[in-house]
Parts: sequence; structure tokens; C-alpha cells
Amino acid sequence: MKLLSKRNSYFLFAILATAFFYSKDGDITTSVYATGAAFALPLALAAMVGIMCERTGIVNIGIEGTMLLSAFVAFFVSSLTQNIIIGLICAIFTGSMMGLILAVMAVSWRMDQIIAGTILNILATGLTSFLYVQGKTIPSVFQAIEVPVLSKIPFFGPVLFIHGALTFIGIAIILALYVAIYHTSWGLRSRAVGEHPSSADTAGVSVARLRYINVTIAGGIGALAGAYLSLELVGSFERGFTAGKGFTALALMIFGRWNPLGALAAALFFGLAQAYANQLMIDQVVNIPTQFTAILPYVMTIVVLTISAGKVRPPAAEGQPYEKGQA
Amino acid sequence: MSQTKVAPKEVGKPAKNFDVGSWLIPIIAVLVAMALAAILIKLQGSNPITAYKSLFKTAFGSAAGIGATLGKSTPLVLSGLAVAVGLRAGLFNIGAQGQLLSGALAAAWAGVSFHGLPGYIHIPIALIIGAFFGSIVAGISGFLKAYRGVHEVITTIMLNSIVMGIADYLASHPLREPDQFLTRTSEIQASAKMPVYAHLPLGFFIAVALAAVIWWILGRTTSGFRIETVGRNRHAAWYAGISVKRTVISAMLISGAIAGLGGAVETLGITYRYAPAFNLGLGFDGITIALLGRVHPLGIIPGAILIGGMRAGAANMQFDSGVAPELVDLLMALILLLVTAPLITRFFKNSSNKSMTSGWGN
Amino acid sequence: MSALLEVSGVTKRYPGVLANDNVSLTVNAGEVVALLGENGAGKSTLLKAVFGLIKPDSGEIKIGGSPIVFGDTAGVISRGVGMVHQHFQLVPVMTVAENLILGDEPKRGIFINKKAAYDEIIALSKRYGLEVDPDAVIEDLPVGMQQRVEILKALRKDVKLLILDEPTAVLTPQEIDELLVVIRNLANSGVGIVLITHKLHEVMAVADRVVVLRGGKLVGTTSPKETDEAGLAQMMVGRSVVLQVNRTEAKRGGVVLEVKALEVRDDRKILSVKGVDLQLHKGEILGVAGVEGNGQRELVEAICGMRHREAGSVLINGVATKDMHPHAVHEAGISHIPEDREKHGLVSNYTIADNLVLNQFDQAPFAKGWIRDLNEIAKNAIATVEKFDIRTPSAFNTAGSLSGGNKQKVVVARELSEELPVLVAAQPTRGVDVGSIEFIHNQLISARDKGAAVLLVSAELDEILSLSDRIAVMSDGKIVAIVDSKDADRNYIGRLMAGLDK
Repeated sequence: MKLLSKRNSYFLFAILATAFFYSKDGDITTSVYATGAAFALPLALAAMVGIMCERTGIVNIGIEGTMLLSAFVAFFVSSLTQNIIIGLICAIFTGSMMGLILAVMAVSWRMDQIIAGTILNILATGLTSFLYVQGKTIPSVFQAIEVPVLSKIPFFGPVLFIHGALTFIGIAIILALYVAIYHTSWGLRSRAVGEHPSSADTAGVSVARLRYINVTIAGGIGALAGAYLSLELVGSFERGFTAGKGFTALALMIFGRWNPLGALAAALFFGLAQAYANQLMIDQVVNIPTQFTAILPYVMTIVVLTISAGKVRPPAAEGQPYEKGQA
Repeated sequence: MSQTKVAPKEVGKPAKNFDVGSWLIPIIAVLVAMALAAILIKLQGSNPITAYKSLFKTAFGSAAGIGATLGKSTPLVLSGLAVAVGLRAGLFNIGAQGQLLSGALAAAWAGVSFHGLPGYIHIPIALIIGAFFGSIVAGISGFLKAYRGVHEVITTIMLNSIVMGIADYLASHPLREPDQFLTRTSEIQASAKMPVYAHLPLGFFIAVALAAVIWWILGRTTSGFRIETVGRNRHAAWYAGISVKRTVISAMLISGAIAGLGGAVETLGITYRYAPAFNLGLGFDGITIALLGRVHPLGIIPGAILIGGMRAGAANMQFDSGVAPELVDLLMALILLLVTAPLITRFFKNSSNKSMTSGWGN
Repeated sequence: MSALLEVSGVTKRYPGVLANDNVSLTVNAGEVVALLGENGAGKSTLLKAVFGLIKPDSGEIKIGGSPIVFGDTAGVISRGVGMVHQHFQLVPVMTVAENLILGDEPKRGIFINKKAAYDEIIALSKRYGLEVDPDAVIEDLPVGMQQRVEILKALRKDVKLLILDEPTAVLTPQEIDELLVVIRNLANSGVGIVLITHKLHEVMAVADRVVVLRGGKLVGTTSPKETDEAGLAQMMVGRSVVLQVNRTEAKRGGVVLEVKALEVRDDRKILSVKGVDLQLHKGEILGVAGVEGNGQRELVEAICGMRHREAGSVLINGVATKDMHPHAVHEAGISHIPEDREKHGLVSNYTIADNLVLNQFDQAPFAKGWIRDLNEIAKNAIATVEKFDIRTPSAFNTAGSLSGGNKQKVVVARELSEELPVLVAAQPTRGVDVGSIEFIHNQLISARDKGAAVLLVSAELDEILSLSDRIAVMSDGKIVAIVDSKDADRNYIGRLMAGLDK
């Protein structure tokens, strides 16, 4: 591998920039990075949903709705039972059901997948606004855990090893997904189904079954992203709580070329950009209206898509219902 | 075959027998959705019958009620029409929301800033400015779709949030009403306020007339034919000499202009100013309404009136029965779910564009 | 020991077509049986029946002595029947190794055991003498190598009977020679092989027995020892009744369409039209004969502005036409009956009336300025439906509701309505019922008689022979000969099509 490949030069730049900022002000840089990581996690997890679905050829544009409804369920079940673990479990169940509904519409009914996903989004918006009740609270959020020893490392400790339980679960899922996609039968078959379903089919892999399984599990992961928002990062729920993160995640997935680590890197970049923007405003270095920093992720999403359009290569069978025997 | 005598005026329509089944689907969808929502109302401990009675009595029970209903229906007709025009060209414009907002704000600006114009000039100018800005917002998505292959669903939805942010900023800084605590624009000039005739808002008639014009354009003009052909089979369209790129962009421009007009009508006829959180769900309601009306420009009108009535009666329903007005959002979602599965499958089944979704960047 | 495959008396009827008519066939271990026949001869129907994908109306299929069950494709495969598809069933972005193990991966714990996979692949390729690089990505490999992977994939499953569907259609001559050696070796190691093809040279080179299908019927079983290529060609093309077409002598005029040194690439970017020159005269039908896949499709698409012209030009009355702009080419004077009528020819949920004006929708009399004249469109539709005998309850039903033949009549009617100087008809009667075929043929002749220059491309040799005034034979992307139809001999043309007698 080339030492100064494009990818390596990105990394080098990131490391140098971090070192520079750290040398200027260690505490603030550390806290910005920790915040950036916290912002990045739900985006990265949501991107995993997209990756799992699209690797098997299903476009999931309902990630936003999945996250929204699960965040809602996580919060209100936790509030009702006063137990955040039960809230989390119910949220994951909800997310999986959203995935299953998408699978039914996309695989069995062969509906247009974009419309199917949009239905999920509107359904989630409708349900959460109707059922929303003000003034509920949860007993606590998932508290930050300090990983022994590792959390004491300067900079890396606070950034990577002091987080709530859901963060660690999330990171584990992302790494596991990476390994699974490239090193297990499941991953090989999933990729084959997403690229060229008829060859998977002729090799004895059930295209429909694998699509059902992946989209449903992905829904569960989307639920984790939603629950992370309401039970760990924020600790509350509002209407329209997920604020487009599910769509940004799709752009990150594309930017990361459908590779879990690539999407994670893209999410970290996004998260950091936001954390830095916030910090700059707190420091009053620049005076950008809050509305403009708030739209930054959306503008970046469009820019990313416009740049990468035509340059990246999505799974070839993406969005197309598979008909047996079409060879 | 020489016996076949069909009146020439039927050309352009899929002239089969009036398809009762396909119009039954939306009706059934609405009824089933209401029944499902009734169960949820019951579970919340309220009485669904009281709730629905109150809802519809408020909406359709009096002249003032009907006036309010039509007022609420106006932007719904227009956002439904905007979505329908997109779908006709095979584009899923789920950004009617953002286009509507930019139209509303632009119309508010025009309504506030232009002085000394008579109403018959001020109102049309403000409406056109609103439509223009809606058109620009949608045009961005159309351009990115045609020339970069970026899927319009993502760009329109991102633009919704972007427009909302920018509009918030404009309404709270440069265009803010001076010396006021609330962040909102000033009230528009009296000359820009759209008149109401015996409870009936002018905007509603503009919306219905526009729906009829769009219906005519799609069915009778060469431009309409281009849009319809690209929507149904873009290979055949290309082969027949229709520029697919140009058609995609112009369909988005038209769609956005209609949505922008919807926002402008709302500003000039109902709210008289722009304030952040301006009618949030409107754009998404358009999707449900378009599909409920079978993507037919005139078919959306009854759906829009029904939903507009629900919106008009929702506040009173909460007063009478304690059911949250967000019930309407839930109903919309359920209706959409029920109406789309069979309908959309049918609408796109015969088209040769195998799928609207074919990757993000090709 | 029973035969690997025994097909006895299989008949399969589709509406209007007898796809297989009492076909019987036996394949034993270690022999290569060639299944020879033109397109539409019933080869693929027979194949589907063998795999249990369709249910024959009568007859029986046995594999290894026991009958197969309809619908049990997996059962057929598990009994050792493997297939190498014409369209490779390989994932283009994956490596050779990944493709070979897909569906049955060697594992260590939950992970794929890459070492075991490599060892197995290397052993397999050694055993059959088919060398491959396990790490190569499929899409970077030449087609011949991809096919080798496809064959290995079948062999990995311990096949006893290997069916190769048109395996040489996409190969270079050198790759073909290599493949034939591989086929022979496989047979020697005891595998039974069915080779589906219409290339006579290969049949002669490798087959032990040849089974010839024509029009769904088994017309003969022979062996390369008993016959020669000309004999096979005759069996394959047959002496079926030449369709009755009343055709007067052509009144040939000057050159209207001129194709100069045209080069075109196919979808896979391979040069498939390799420098074609053609001159089409007013008032004649020039038929392009050829085995499918020899560049005819690409030639037609390039002429009609639907496919990029790599080199060369297409002139109408001496004026060059635009590349990649079908409508501009149409305006310049070419009517085109496209091969894929569903994709390019029709908008299936439009009415017949709208489809009839699809390429003139914005021109008088069908539009006055911006407004479409629905009365004119309707008048045109009603008149055309009657004139072209389009069988429909009304001219305002959707095109999608029509049968294949009537859909094609809609396209033909539209393309003939303008009476342009050139008509290009690609496979005009494919998937069309007999009655409509005759009608369409007569329309082509009458267009010629009215002075049009007609370019007819068809895989049906009978059609070419009965309609054409001159016949251009296309083989391997080149026009190998142009003969006057009076001197055309079916046998001779068959040989030219097969790439002989250059």
C-alpha cells in the first residue's frame, strides 16, 4: 500500500490538526473531541443501519423514522416503568419491527423502497406527535462509565473511554459489523445478495430471507441510535427529536463507501465539525447565527452527495426488487 | 374494429371503464385509519365518538366552520398538487415543506415591504414572489437530480431543514418586526391581505383553479405530455426526443412554484405574517393528500378538504373530548400507510422505470 | 448403469406456440452432447424443464434413473446437475475465491477459513487443469477467465452433468479453443456435458453426438462423424415453408442511407461492430442475416442514434446524422422499429392513441403550438387501429393491455405513418403471432413499394429470405458478404452466418 495514499493523507492531516489544537489548549481540545465523539455516535450507528440494508440491496430511507420512534419508545417506556433497561429493550423491539415492516413492503410487496421508507418516516412522525406527553422524566440517563486505566490516558482517555454504556455497545456493534461484513459467511452472502442477487440465489443463498434478516436487525441498530439520543446523550424527548440525523447518516454511509469504518470516520468528522462550531460560538470567536450552525450538517450532506455522486459505487442491486429466475 | 366508436375527447386518459376499485381504496383507507385511531383514543381514555363528532361538526357544521376548513385546505391543495406534479414526472418531491416555507416568508417580505400598491397589484406580486422562491428551492433538487444524479428525496428533505434554518434566521434578524419580543415578521400591508368573501377565502379558489390548470396542462399540452412520458418511461421519452434532464428540472420548478404559492397564500390569507414554526406539517400532508387523490390534480381536492377540516376542527375537538390535536398527524400517517401500499404499487407497476430508486449517484 | 439424463417425449405448449414437441434426448456419463438450434427452437424451454422450472404438458425427465419433480430445482442440482449460464452468475466486485465459496463457505468458528478455501480452490483447479488466481477480482478478468471460474463453481459441487448454455457466445476465438479443450477433458474425466450452441464449428470440434431442434421439434440426432457443417446448417435452418409473401421486383433507386466504416461497442465496451460499410437504396429491402450476437443489435442502435458511434458515420442522402440522439436521427429521415419495443417503443400505460403519436406529439397536426389536438390524435388513432388491424376494444385502451403482436403493430403503424425515406426494422416479428407476422411483412413490402429504403435485421433466416431484395450477412461484427436474394441459397447463407466461407 502506498504510504501517502489519499486516505492516509487524510489521517495524517487529522492527526496533525489534532496535535496542533491540543498543543494550543489541551483541555478544550479534549472536551471538543469528546463532544464530537458523542455527536458522532448516533450518526455512525444510523449509518450502520444503512450499510446493513444496502449491502443486501435494500435502500432504507426510513432510518430517521426508526430512530425517532425508538427514541420515543425508549424515553416513554423508561419513564413509565422508571427503568431505562426496559425502555431500551422496548425501543430495540420497536426498531426491529420498523425494519420488519420495511422488509415486508420492499421484499414481499416489492414496493418502491424510497416510498416504503418515507411511509415509515411519516408514520413515526405521526405516532410520536400524537402520543407525546409533556413533562415526563426518566430516572436517570445511562451514566458515563470510566474504563479503568484506559480512561486515564491523556486526551484519548476522556475522548474514547469515558462514555455511557450505550456508546460502548454502539462502538462494539460498529467494529463487529466491520468484521462480520468482510470475514464471515453472513457478510459474504449479504454482499453477494446486494451486488448480484441471482448469483447468490444460484449458489443456494435465499435472497429474500437474508434481506428480511438484515433489514430487521438493522432496525434494531437504528433503535439503539435513537435510544442513545433519548436515554444517554440528551435524556429527554421532543417532537421531531432526531432532526434529520437519519438522512445525514445515509450521506455518511455513501461518503464511507458502505464500509462501517469509513462511515465511522465520516461520522467522527461530522461530529467534530459540529463540536468545533459550537465551541467557536461559546468562545465568541465568531458570531454565526445559531440557525446557520444548525443547518451545517444538512448543507454538508447535500455537498457530500453532490461530490460523491457518480464517483462512488453503490451495491449494484440496490433498490431493485429481486425476482427469482430473472438471471 | 371499425365498430369502435369512442368520443375523441377521451384521448389522453386511460379510457377504461370508470375504475370504482381504485377510488374505493382511498375511501376505505380513510375509514380504516379513523377506526384504528379510535382504538388509540379509547386507549388514552377518551371517547372517540365524541372526538370525531366534535371534529367534523366544527369543520363542516357551520358557514364559518366551512370557511375555516377551506382556509386550512388551501395550502393542503397546493402542497398536494406540488407532490402530484412531481410524481407525474417520476420524482418524489418530499420537500414541499421547505418550498412552502420559502414561499411564505418571501410573500411576507413582499407584503410588508411594498407600500402604496393597490390590492389587485400587491397580492399577485406577493404571490408570484412566493411561488418564485418555492420554485428556486425545488429547482436545486431538480438540477442536482438531472445533472449529478443525486436522489431528490434526500436533497429535498435536507433543503427542508436548510430553508427552515435560514427562514428562522431571517425572521428573527433582518426581517424581524421592530421592537417586539416575539420573533416574527411585521404584519403585511392591508393591501396584501387576501379578501374573504362570505367566509370563503380567495386563496381556496386560486388553489382550485390552479389544480384545474395543472390538470389541463398535464392532459392537453405538449409540456404536460413530456412530464407524463418521462414519469412513465424515460427510455421511451428519450427515444421520442424528449429531454429527460430538462423535463426533470422543469417538473421540479413547477412543483416548487406550486408549493411556494401554497406558503404565500397561507401568509397573505391566514397568518398575515411569517413566524418560525409556520405550519410545520403542511408539506408532508401534501404527500398523503397527493396519494389519497390518486396523484390526480383534481382528485387531491376532496382529500385536502377532508384533512383541512380535520385541522380546522382539531382544537375544538381537544376542548370537547380532550384528544390532542396531533390526532390528525396520526390519522395522516395511518391513511398514508393504508393508501400507499396498494396504490403506489399500481401506479408504478406498468411503468418501465423499474424503480425510482437506483442508487444514490448514477 | 442408467443414463445421466433421460428426456422422453417432452411436450410444452405456450399460448400460440408449441415450444417443445415430443422431444427425447439421452446423455451418458463421459459424453458431450451438442444441442443445436436457432433462437426460438425450444432449447431454453427444454432446459427449464430439466431444472424443474416449468412443467411439461407431457413426457418425462429422469436424472440418474429417477424422475424429477416439478418445482424441485434444488433437488435437480443436488443430484449433480450443474449449469454454466450464458450470463455469468458471478459477483463482479468480488474475488475469484469469494465467488467460488459463496453459499458453501469453509469455516473456522464463525469466520470464513480463507486458507482452507484457497487450498480447496487450488486443488480443484489442478484436478481439472483450470488455472485461476483466487485473489483476482472477477470484473478485472477477461471473459474467458470469468467463464473458467463459472465452470469451476459448477465443478466444486461435484457435478455429474454439466450444461453449458451458449458458452462461446462471448469468447474470443482463442478462448473458444481453450474452452473446447476443457470440455473434452471434463468429458474424459467422466462428466456428461450438454453444450447448447448454434455455432457449427464447435459442434464439429467437440461433440460426440448432436441433437438438432427446430421449431420445438427434434429434427435429428447425428454425430460429427456422419455429417459436416453444411449438413448441420441445413438441419438447423431446415426447409420450413417459406412464408408466403407477394413481392414484386424491387424498383431500386439511388443510395439513401450510407453507413461508412462504422465501429460500435456493446454494453460491455467490447468492439462488436468492426468497421461496417453499407449502402441502402431507395425502394429496396436490405436484409441483415446473422446469428444473434454478431453485432446486429449494436449496428442498428448506432444507425438510429441510440448507441455511441465509436468511429465512422451514418449519412442520409449524403448528410451526416447526429450521434446519440434518436430523435434527431428520426427527424433526419429514419423510422425505426426498435428491437425492445417495451423499453423504447411504447409507454405501456399510455393509450394506444398516445403511443401512436409518441414521436410526433409536438408536431402538427397532433399539436397546435403548445396545445395537443386531441381530436386529431383520436382521428389518427381510430383510423390507424382500423388500417393496421390492431385488435383492441378501443383505440383508447392502454398499450400495455395489448398482445405482443398488436403492440408491435402499434409501433409499426407509428413508424410507417410518416413515410420517411429510411425504415430500420429490428427483429420486427419477434414474439409476434403468425397472423400479425404476415401483416407486418406486407407492411414492410408496401413501404418499400412506396419508395422507402428498408433495412431489415432479423435472426429469422426465413424472414430475411422471403422479404429481402439483397442480403447482407453479418458475422463477428463485419458484413462478410452481400448477395442478391435471387442468388441466395439457404445453405450458403447458413455457412456464411456460421463464419465459414470467408
